[in-house]
Amino acid sequence: MPPSLHTFLSTDLPALLAATFAAVSCALLGNFLVLRRQSLMGDAISHAVLPGLVAAFLIAGTRSAWPMFVGAALAGVVTVVLVELVRRLGRVEPGAAMGVVFSIMFALGVVLLERAAARHVDLDADCVLYGQLELIFWFPPNTWSDLLTLDTLSQFPRQPTTLAVVTLLTIALVTLLFKELRLAAFDPDLATSLGFSATALHFILMLFVAGAVVASFEAVGSILVVAMLICPAATARLLTDRLLPQVLVSVLAALISALGGYALAATAPTWLGTPKALSAAGMITTVSGVLLTAAIFFSPTHGVLAKRLRHVRLAITIAREDLLATLYRLEEANQPPPAAAQSSVLSPQSFALRLALRNHEIEQTPSGALRLTETGRDAARRLIRTHRLWETYLVEAANLRPDHVHDTAETLEHLTTPPIHAELTRHPPPPTDPQGKPIP
Amino acid sequence: MTGAGCWAAATSGQWTSSIAHSLFPPASFSELLRILTLRSGYNAAVVILGATLLGLAAGVIGAFALLRKRALMGDALAHATLPGIAAAFLAATALGGQGRSLPVLLVGAAITGVLGILAVHAIVRHTRLKEDAAIGVVLSVFFGLGVVLLSYIQSLQQGNVGGLSTFIYGQTAAMSRADALLIGSVAAASVVLALLLMKEFRVVCFDDRFAAAIGLPVGLIDLLMMTLVVIVTVIGLQAVGLILIVAMLIIPPAAARFWTERMARMTLASGGIGALSGYLGASASALLPRLPAGSVIVLTAGALFLLSMLLAPSRGVLTAALRSARLRLHVALEHTLRGAYETLESQSPAPPSAPPPPVPLSAIHAVTTMHPLLWLLTKLSLRRRGLAALADAGATLRLTPRGLAEAARLTRNHRLWEEYLVTHADIAPSHVDRSADLVEHILSPDLVADLERSLRARGELPTPPPSVHPIGKGLRT
Repeated sequence: MPPSLHTFLSTDLPALLAATFAAVSCALLGNFLVLRRQSLMGDAISHAVLPGLVAAFLIAGTRSAWPMFVGAALAGVVTVVLVELVRRLGRVEPGAAMGVVFSIMFALGVVLLERAAARHVDLDADCVLYGQLELIFWFPPNTWSDLLTLDTLSQFPRQPTTLAVVTLLTIALVTLLFKELRLAAFDPDLATSLGFSATALHFILMLFVAGAVVASFEAVGSILVVAMLICPAATARLLTDRLLPQVLVSVLAALISALGGYALAATAPTWLGTPKALSAAGMITTVSGVLLTAAIFFSPTHGVLAKRLRHVRLAITIAREDLLATLYRLEEANQPPPAAAQSSVLSPQSFALRLALRNHEIEQTPSGALRLTETGRDAARRLIRTHRLWETYLVEAANLRPDHVHDTAETLEHLTTPPIHAELTRHPPPPTDPQGKPIP
Repeated sequence: MTGAGCWAAATSGQWTSSIAHSLFPPASFSELLRILTLRSGYNAAVVILGATLLGLAAGVIGAFALLRKRALMGDALAHATLPGIAAAFLAATALGGQGRSLPVLLVGAAITGVLGILAVHAIVRHTRLKEDAAIGVVLSVFFGLGVVLLSYIQSLQQGNVGGLSTFIYGQTAAMSRADALLIGSVAAASVVLALLLMKEFRVVCFDDRFAAAIGLPVGLIDLLMMTLVVIVTVIGLQAVGLILIVAMLIIPPAAARFWTERMARMTLASGGIGALSGYLGASASALLPRLPAGSVIVLTAGALFLLSMLLAPSRGVLTAALRSARLRLHVALEHTLRGAYETLESQSPAPPSAPPPPVPLSAIHAVTTMHPLLWLLTKLSLRRRGLAALADAGATLRLTPRGLAEAARLTRNHRLWEEYLVTHADIAPSHVDRSADLVEHILSPDLVADLERSLRARGELPTPPPSVHPIGKGLRT
């Protein structure tokens, strides 16, 4: 087995597995937190489990998984209960209640940690934040044939294994309670009235969040946990409107973050020319942030650019329609066709002008004046008709004064779909609009 | 080997002996006193003073942030300072300057902190994500970026990252005299500014539309408020650390909120609680150098919060519980007296007169259905006020003349109210008893007089008037 593969198996593979499992389990749960507007509960729990971890360590005297898991899970539950208590009994607003509880718990944890450190117990405060992916280590087999023997596998590090179990449990929870969780996420009151207690579901969810936080803690640190609880779910939320696709997309985003972030952290030193690898947990978090930023800008449905594009398109359409209608009105009044006005090249009006010229809806006479073509006149006639039908409707059915309806009709004419148009002409319209102009 | 993880094991088993002792080693009382009275050397005194001023500033400014419902914005802001600190360090080192100069690092912190806040605003404004998700995203991603930069600085092996990571947990011990002076004076200046702008802040906190309507520049005032939050967060980084500085902005005002309903008093109380936390926390940190100051300051603030939440006179939890227990006792007492009076009425046609015969307890419905503990308190209260006493080995209740008068008054109130409900609120006679029950305990003498007058105008008004419904065991008394 080549040495590079040996390095991969001994350090990269276990770390990569730990990061991936942590990311996936957190992302799955995060979907429901984001929907229930409780994203920060994950943040609060991940800070607040610290005293539980340290206390369990101090009491049990070992750093074996179970006592610490129990301690941290207890601290997680205590946090959830305390936040509720402070919120209800103290009538403190939810955000502040959360802030009060988790910062006090975290402070308690830091003090316990430092005092424990003073007793020659090396609990490192920094690893709480960053985790120690780099320190997960496996003595892998030397030959391929040994890879799957019991002896080698039993040496496999604990963290990825624990995280794999947590991930499986989370998948089971989300699969089995998908319907209930979905209902509680969108309409807690309806869920309760249908017999699934939203409060109970909330606590189950929080218990799992606490579990995922605790299992991820040692390997990847709290900051990655918080990022994985929120970023992939938020990314997915911007890309789809349905919950099942959202959950799947969030898992995908988590996988990309974990693998991509780890790879970047491992390879960055060669570009930067530094001897040591960068923080993998930090890099995974950064990648998840980059993914979210990309979704914010480029999501086809909810992205900032897509929305901007839709606005611009609408503005151009309206400007084009206004242009046609203006020319039509001038023709109607037997006034000479005007020259194109100077407007900024990037304004909707200038785009509209070029669009209308390209569509052969208007043409430019040699003297520079604008004139409707036959196609353009048809389109303009339809618009003017819609406009004057709306004016008639607003005066007759909505009892508005004839001199008050123009602006409303001006807005509505651009938004009238064929079914609404049919509805407007269900009764045969009068020959003229309220201002006495003919309805074409 | 199964993964070293980061929880390295205890080097030996000796520490099972006394955890508590090891956690908080005893310090001599005189030393404690010397630190608390700022006589433990000029340096320590300046640091403690700086932390106190910081606590004051955070408390005052946090009060506005809390009322403006921006409490957790500070969390995003604080976490977002880390990449700024690291980038400022890198930039200063690259330019050949001293990397670890506090003003340079704080400027970097402020820049990315503000970027973080702007990012939260932009996400809330331009996407469908809600504020909680925006805050969580910003704080984790910015912090993650900061961690990457820190690990890069560490890999350069020239920078003293140990110095930078004190910003995460805070360490007053790492504060120089000049640092403390800088922090203290900026904190004092921002308190002055906040107090000068108190009126504008108050209006915007309570009703921003009203503020806009009377012509205040709400956007500008919000910006000023947020600037003050940024300033406090940034100068608090070194003393408290970026994870816990948000606690200094949230806990003191949340605690102060229990004590008062008035903004000016709340701001002062919040500043006081913050200052006290800063003072005690920095003192403890001076006493026990390994103890991270930020955590001690936050724990002190947390203890004050707990005290306020339990004991504050107007909104405290215990006071509220006591008040409701008192009301329940009051109601139980009145029900007992009225029950006794109605039993006496049923025994003879004439109105009961002093001294009344003893009433068997079993005949008083209120007593037979009362929780034993409540009945015990009611008994004590009746005796203490000289209204009634138990007789015949606890089987009967004997009203004193005063008790009889009080019982007559209560019965009268009850029936007046029933009368009122039947005649004016059109409620069926069989349904009024319960609603009368609910209000009779809080009828003011004025209202009773008013009821009497209106009822007397409608006809005869005996004292007390007869019940509008039959009185029996089956009915609630």
